Amino acid sequence: MKLIAVAAIGLLAASLAGHAADPDLARSLAAGCTGCHGTEGRAVPGAGFDSLAGFDQARMLQKLADFKSGSRPATVMHQIVKGYSDEQLALIAAYFAAQR
Amino acid sequence: MFTLGRRAFLKAGLAATTLAALDVHAQSLPFPAAGRVVIVGAGFAGATCARYLRLWSGGKVQVTLVERRPALISCPLSNLVLAGTQAIDRLTLSYDALSDRWGVRLIRDEVTDFDIERRLVRLAGGEQLPYDRLVLAPGIDFLWEELPALAESAAREHILHAWKAGPQTLSLRRQLLAMPDGGLFVLTIPKVPYRCPPGPYERACLVADYFKRHKPRSKVIILDANDDVVSKKALFVKAWQELYPGLIEYRPGSELKDVDLRERAAVLDFDRQRADVLNVIPPQRAGSIASRAGIKLLNQRWAEVDWLSMAATGAPGVHVIGDAVFPAPTMPKSAHMANQHGKLAAAAILRGLAGEPPGALPMLTNTCYSFVDPEHAIHVSSVHRYDAASRTLQPVPGAGGVSSVRNEAEGKFAWAWARNIWADTLL
Repeated sequence: MKLIAVAAIGLLAASLAGHAADPDLARSLAAGCTGCHGTEGRAVPGAGFDSLAGFDQARMLQKLADFKSGSRPATVMHQIVKGYSDEQLALIAAYFAAQR
Repeated sequence: MFTLGRRAFLKAGLAATTLAALDVHAQSLPFPAAGRVVIVGAGFAGATCARYLRLWSGGKVQVTLVERRPALISCPLSNLVLAGTQAIDRLTLSYDALSDRWGVRLIRDEVTDFDIERRLVRLAGGEQLPYDRLVLAPGIDFLWEELPALAESAAREHILHAWKAGPQTLSLRRQLLAMPDGGLFVLTIPKVPYRCPPGPYERACLVADYFKRHKPRSKVIILDANDDVVSKKALFVKAWQELYPGLIEYRPGSELKDVDLRERAAVLDFDRQRADVLNVIPPQRAGSIASRAGIKLLNQRWAEVDWLSMAATGAPGVHVIGDAVFPAPTMPKSAHMANQHGKLAAAAILRGLAGEPPGALPMLTNTCYSFVDPEHAIHVSSVHRYDAASRTLQPVPGAGGVSSVRNEAEGKFAWAWARNIWADTLL
């Protein structure tokens, strides 16, 4: 799983035209989430926000898509997720899926 | 393979309990050139930058963090101390993990001067710190010269700002406790930009909450130098009307010009307002350290940076982060944004030390919670994306927003946010 997720980060990063030069792109994008969801996706246990580390990539992407469409209720995430392209969200999801 | 190796290493590094263990792992890995980074100021921006430099370099980059305070006292949530529902101890956060877990060299001292050409920082204690990159995270200082009566520091022991959480917060709480029922609490707000745009309006709510419970004949008067409520307007106005009817009076376009110490009055252009407790949030600029380092300040107030790297204009090897930065369009001076600046700078510094350019498309998020009473909160969120044409971060259209209504769930999320960002900054 980890290998696949890491490989996916590489492929996605390379596929984003103009961003291939930044090997840290996925990590930097994911760093936008970690103030609330914990360093490398490990949130403070019991504090009330989801840990993202090791979260299945496909499930996370579905969740993010549902936030974006409004089909999943949220207080903040439906607003934040609209700031990111689907490609960026895929990178972020792959990054967190690769964390353990 | 490189990514995997680094991941495996980082995992080992995180599990390690000693710095020695971290270094052993780091040596065998193809990491960017080691370097020495000196960070001045350990608020949300500086501490996050230090922590992420160590994390992302696998302990390879040496980080020295200079801070004069013994602990970080969280400005976020500190208005709850004024309401009397939280002790400041709960907002007082240790720096120990930065040194013990992350191997940051923490020096409790002040900077006396910089030698930007020779890349040296001198400390009051006499030590000289050579660096490859310097990060300034000095927060804000106050423009006391714009309020003549408060130019003397003795006057400022009575007329409080409580805009840096700590002893001032406790002193203001004591003034509120000592105030008789029927008294006037007058809060002055400077023109934007200032630290924490929604903070003054939250403070008005929480002081009114205290009055409602304990001194119901008292009143809050907000003298705002701005022409309107600058953050979460509809939600705050609704809270004032519904939760505190008759307790909060809002006066826009009321810029404080001076203070009459004898009468304890706010002096405006054509008016004055007497107070029982006068709380002045003064106009602000970058912490004075920024100007002493010789970096360019816009309007003589805020540091101009290259948003790809947070590098200071006109000072090679120097980065500025946090509230001291001239804000990008609609970007607030918030703890959340300071934490984000810290990571952006850390990533760019590591790339720079390896002789590589920074990433081409920084993106930052922001979420700020405000309490309208001790249990109910509202938020504002935004996403900021680098725009090559304007060479700054621009808010992403259609993203971000505010709460639909004040609610208890977000009162809990405000604490969840705080506990997580404290950890992401310090633990």
